[in-house]
Amino acid sequence: MKFLPLVLANLGRHKRRTALTTLSVAAALFLFASLQTVVTTIAAAAQFGNVRRIVSMNATGIVFPLPLAYANRLRAVPGVEAVSWANWFGGRYGDNKRFFGQFAVDPASYLEMYPEMAVPEDQKQAFLREKSAAIIGRRLLDVFGWKLGQDITIQGTIFPGDWTFTIRGVYTPTDPAINDDMMIFRHDYLEERLGRPGIAGWYVARIDHPDNAARIGKVIDDGFRNSRAPTKTGTEQAFNASFATMWGNVSLLMGTIGLAVVFAILLVTANAMMMSARERIGEVAVLKTIGFTDRLLFTLVMTETALITFTGAAIGLVGAKLLYKGTNFNAAGFLPGFDVTPRTFVVGAAIAVLLALASGLMPALRAARLPIVSALRHVE
Amino acid sequence: MKIPIIYNVRSVRQRPVSTALTALGIAMVVAVFIAMLALANGFLAAFARTGSERNVLILRRGADAELSSGLGRDAASLVAASPHAALAPDGRPLVSPEVYVLVPLTRIGTDTNALTNVVARGISERAWDVRANVTVVDGRRPASGRSEICVGSKIVGRFPGTAIGQSLRFAGRDWTVVCHFTAGGSAFESEIWGENEQFMPVFRGEAFQSITLRLKDGAAFEEAKRALEGDKRLTVDVHRESEFYVQQSQLLGRILRILAMLITSIMAVGAVFGAVNTMYAAVSERTSEIAVLLTLGFHPRSVLASFLAESAIIAAVGGALGCLIALPANGLVASTTNWASFSEIAFSFRVTPGLLLAGLVFAVVMGVVGGFFPARRAAKLPVVQALR
Repeated sequence: MKFLPLVLANLGRHKRRTALTTLSVAAALFLFASLQTVVTTIAAAAQFGNVRRIVSMNATGIVFPLPLAYANRLRAVPGVEAVSWANWFGGRYGDNKRFFGQFAVDPASYLEMYPEMAVPEDQKQAFLREKSAAIIGRRLLDVFGWKLGQDITIQGTIFPGDWTFTIRGVYTPTDPAINDDMMIFRHDYLEERLGRPGIAGWYVARIDHPDNAARIGKVIDDGFRNSRAPTKTGTEQAFNASFATMWGNVSLLMGTIGLAVVFAILLVTANAMMMSARERIGEVAVLKTIGFTDRLLFTLVMTETALITFTGAAIGLVGAKLLYKGTNFNAAGFLPGFDVTPRTFVVGAAIAVLLALASGLMPALRAARLPIVSALRHVE
Repeated sequence: MKIPIIYNVRSVRQRPVSTALTALGIAMVVAVFIAMLALANGFLAAFARTGSERNVLILRRGADAELSSGLGRDAASLVAASPHAALAPDGRPLVSPEVYVLVPLTRIGTDTNALTNVVARGISERAWDVRANVTVVDGRRPASGRSEICVGSKIVGRFPGTAIGQSLRFAGRDWTVVCHFTAGGSAFESEIWGENEQFMPVFRGEAFQSITLRLKDGAAFEEAKRALEGDKRLTVDVHRESEFYVQQSQLLGRILRILAMLITSIMAVGAVFGAVNTMYAAVSERTSEIAVLLTLGFHPRSVLASFLAESAIIAAVGGALGCLIALPANGLVASTTNWASFSEIAFSFRVTPGLLLAGLVFAVVMGVVGGFFPARRAAKLPVVQALR
């Protein structure tokens, strides 16, 4: 430790180079953390799901509806404790520059099914009283500058026409994987305006025990097998995972780019370290002459590299964390819960260690193995 | 007087490793830059080629995607009677009322829970003539009245059961694959085509999602639009087919482009730092040489130019290397969901000559930016002091 001032002095000699190298490491780790967070956010969305909730959708595909009459039959399945349903609305607000999802839900059962969407009690009651009421995610308040009690008009694309809703509540997700920029409104309002077609997009059921999910799912699917709309029932997690997989090769792509970034910066750092080592051949010779051991010189060079890479990595990783947390980033609603995970921090730190080793090893070995006599010739 | 380029070449040879590392760093940045833009290009190209200028796409009024639209048989016959429709040699109008749905299929190499929403398009026989860019490359067209399908070339091989003679199961039925088709790299290649009359009863019943009409006169789009939208018996929106598909790709295309720019600019900052470092080191190593050059009568401006050129050339070599690294990506197929249509779209990386050139220019710019300050320092070196 007593040699720390020496290491710092060496770093301070070429302040510009030290700063540039540190910043390029920071830039690399920032990018790595950002790309990795895309991957982890998609993966987290695929993992999300209460073990006691199962989802039934039309076996032909999610875009096909199920009869509303299934609700009663689902409730009658042994092991099913509660049933709710929802429908994708797919409307446009204003110029549609900022997209957000709207869902028509069965009001009382849906809020009861999803305690993760916290709504103040009085707002919940207002929602249950009024047919055209809507509850919106907290984020939409900021995005559009909406207020409680305000009327908003949304153009339906699947269900044509102008639809006006009154904002009666704001929900706050208690789980980061739940999107905070959705809007839910009452399914009975949708039914009424469409002339009671009696359709639901999908059903959610709460079951008595997670272990029964597969069995109950089978009972449900068997019951509807020969009807006009057969169902496909799975855990809520599987339902969410099927959406996450729709990103296709995005995760692979982000991972590959992340590697390329790290590799490119490795080259830059290694280069800088080798340059500074080369400049100091004479100095190292002098230090050896006055009794510095090979091992100590090796350590000194490695410490110097480590200081640069670790500082850079810390700036990059913490910077990414603070930036995304501070701006509440969620990629316009596509990546809810976008947050640098502890795991990404660990991987980032491991990369910093590797970076330090890979770029410092050569110069450090060279310093340690330097033959004094030949090196002293460089000393003027 | 200019300093001969051979001076730079010889200097570079003095420090091969650090020069190589700098060039390699720039190569990586350029490779990522080209690959990302190739991806965005491929995606946009897939949609830009999907529609034809001469075709008109008709959807239910207010629907912003084929999926959310619905049109009855009456609408289809009204459109078929439009005087704007081109006629086939047999005198029938080139109008194709189509069913458009999404079917969940499992991609090869993913587990059975991972479903991909693939477009299943129920076409009329006319569709093959309405869509001039679609060609059956293998097999024969599906016969009317049978459970037969034709599979787009980007689907083939990525999903099980897509070879000719095999069958795909969706909507509770088995569908025999009788042909494969290409569509000039367009989004149609990510679709499965069958007969509309076969698809209707198994999916959404008696309704089409869109009607595509080939114009008799390509210039008469506005007239046709006015006539159809003004028809009191129809509640439709009329789009030019080419514009419609381009608009469907805008959101994701824009995201890809922004991402490409963002990632490469942050990477470029790192690479420029690398170039700055290398060039500063080059200048400080050669302090006395530069002093000699200045003493010999070379103008400081020549010294500046010489160092800038050196940096630019190192970067250009790196850029060329980056192009080589990115080149194999050309033609690779990536897939994701186009959230605007909720369907899977597979598209190829498209590395174009223009893109390679852009990569090279980008590299040289990085080199010049990275070399500027070191070169200026070299040019401003106080001769007397440096000669010591």
